[in-house]
Amino acid sequence: MKIAVTSGKGGTGKTTISLLLAYASENPQYIDCDAEEPNGHLFLKPKIEKRIPYTELVPKINEDICTFCGKCADACAYKALVVMGEPLKKVMFFDELCHSCGACAYVCPVEGALVEVEKQVGEIAIGKAGHIDFVMGQLNIGEASATQLIASLKRDYMDESKTVILDSPPGTSCTVVETIDGVDFVVLVTEPTPFGLSDLKLSVELVRDMGLPFGIIVNKHEDEKHLIEDYAKEENIEILYRLPFSEEFAKMYSKGSLPFEKYKNDFASVLKRIEEKL
Amino acid sequence: MSKELVIISGKGGTGKTTLTSSLAYLMKDKIIVDADADAANMYILMKPKVKYSEKFKGNPKAYIDPDKCTGCDICRKLCRFDAIDITDDGVYVVDEIKCDSCRLCEIACPEKAITMKDVFSGEWYESETEYGLFVHAKLYPGAENSGNLVTMVKHRAHILSEEKGIEYILVDGSPGIGCPVISTISGANFVIIVAEPTPAGLHDLERVKKLCDSFKVKSGVVVNKYDLNEEKTKQIEEFAKKEGIEVLGKIPFDKCVPDAIVNLEIPYAACDRIKNAIEQIYKRAMELL
Ligand code: SF4
Ligand code: SF4
Ligand code: SF4
Ligand code: SF4
Repeated sequence: MKIAVTSGKGGTGKTTISLLLAYASENPQYIDCDAEEPNGHLFLKPKIEKRIPYTELVPKINEDICTFCGKCADACAYKALVVMGEPLKKVMFFDELCHSCGACAYVCPVEGALVEVEKQVGEIAIGKAGHIDFVMGQLNIGEASATQLIASLKRDYMDESKTVILDSPPGTSCTVVETIDGVDFVVLVTEPTPFGLSDLKLSVELVRDMGLPFGIIVNKHEDEKHLIEDYAKEENIEILYRLPFSEEFAKMYSKGSLPFEKYKNDFASVLKRIEEKL
Repeated sequence: MSKELVIISGKGGTGKTTLTSSLAYLMKDKIIVDADADAANMYILMKPKVKYSEKFKGNPKAYIDPDKCTGCDICRKLCRFDAIDITDDGVYVVDEIKCDSCRLCEIACPEKAITMKDVFSGEWYESETEYGLFVHAKLYPGAENSGNLVTMVKHRAHILSEEKGIEYILVDGSPGIGCPVISTISGANFVIIVAEPTPAGLHDLERVKKLCDSFKVKSGVVVNKYDLNEEKTKQIEEFAKKEGIEVLGKIPFDKCVPDAIVNLEIPYAACDRIKNAIEQIYKRAMELL
């Protein structure tokens, strides 16, 4: 079973919920897909067994045989290549603009003038935290997009024999789409505030567009705040769990720990509920 | 040229909008910009009256003409973004959400069956609010390219400020360190980084600080909810000292803040406990701007 945990934006408790879910499962794999700002390891404190460099292909130009025809630059939709012909004879490559699409290599007419080489743009760490299998992707600072890294996490490191919990990046853009694409169930984490509701609506739009089954977990729930409850009822969305607001929880969180044992049974029933729904 | 003050954070939910809206309340003669296009929230507190809106085009996406396509499979094999699918009836189609607009398939298709088509990726608005003019945007779910959208709303705010002779631009920036933040901070005169005293907070702060440095933008730190973990707050202060960035102020945790937001009130106006801290931050930021 593959469950993605996402939220309209950061700071709503997405990592908290992912970790509580992972802990409650008997056979879990936790994958931190928030590759710009992975945080799960700060709470799980896993023993990292392997660090694998994550690379993407970028062009490398051999100016000795390049004819400076400019075809590669014309093909590059991201303006990552600039070719200067006679008398300068230079090809400039701006790697922070490159999306590793391969168009330049495809069009270059001179064999060997433009070859693709691997460039490290991030790292994948694998380890264990108690009974939880831990996988984390981390993008180097200044790299523009984590989408391909997330694709690799899911393609190369996901263990489908386990209960996989994918901790998604915040927002509703391409990295989130990549994370939730193809999962069995999406958990939308939200807070009972107008901000939370506004973000939740965007997430709901997205998961509905993608045709994925989903449910809501309310974080920092307070009985007198009905915003999310009313919306969920109106839209006929199930609220799977309400994690009450507690200052003690906030303090624990700020010290890098979570009350895993206390919530174990609750989250085990959330997992069961999800399984029943599928 | 008007001066641009940008508020960002290493991570969402650190209280960035709390601070930005409070500064919007205090600051005179400014245009407010919501550059957090992925999770635009400022509008909820600003209660804008939209005066003008326009759709925003994203990058063009590949489109396959089924009449011309022979199913040779070249495009699907070449696409590195897995954006080309075959339907159950054997028709080649492009998944617009996955398409990265690289055009490789268009170049490679032997039948010229692929063209690039414009798609709208969001909307932007010019509004009036009680606190001044407001430029904001909404990105459609699943749309990418929020970096461009951010650049556009900021550009729009600068044009407006020139037209109307407005001195300041106050920007609620995107969280994180990805491309939208890079667009948010480029061109800023001063950046306030909001940090929380959590294990992640310090780590996130280090990352955004590096980002600001690499763009040579002056920055200062605000610690929000500092009394939740005084030890971590100390670590943040030590980090700031070591890195030579000023701590502009520390805002205490106050249950009144989330309550104010639920009631759609600006936290500064509603919560006494945080007033002093925010005034101090405001004064210092204006000096440094
Ligand atoms: S397409 Fe090839 S030969 Fe032409 S300028 Fe580019 S690298 Fe050189
Ligand atoms: S791989 Fe694609 S993005 Fe990178 S330089 Fe070549 S054409 Fe441009
Ligand atoms: S390359 Fe062109 S003809 Fe071949 S499958 Fe793709 S769209 Fe069809
Ligand atoms: S434009 Fe690029 S990303 Fe889009 S479908 Fe074609 S090859 Fe794939």
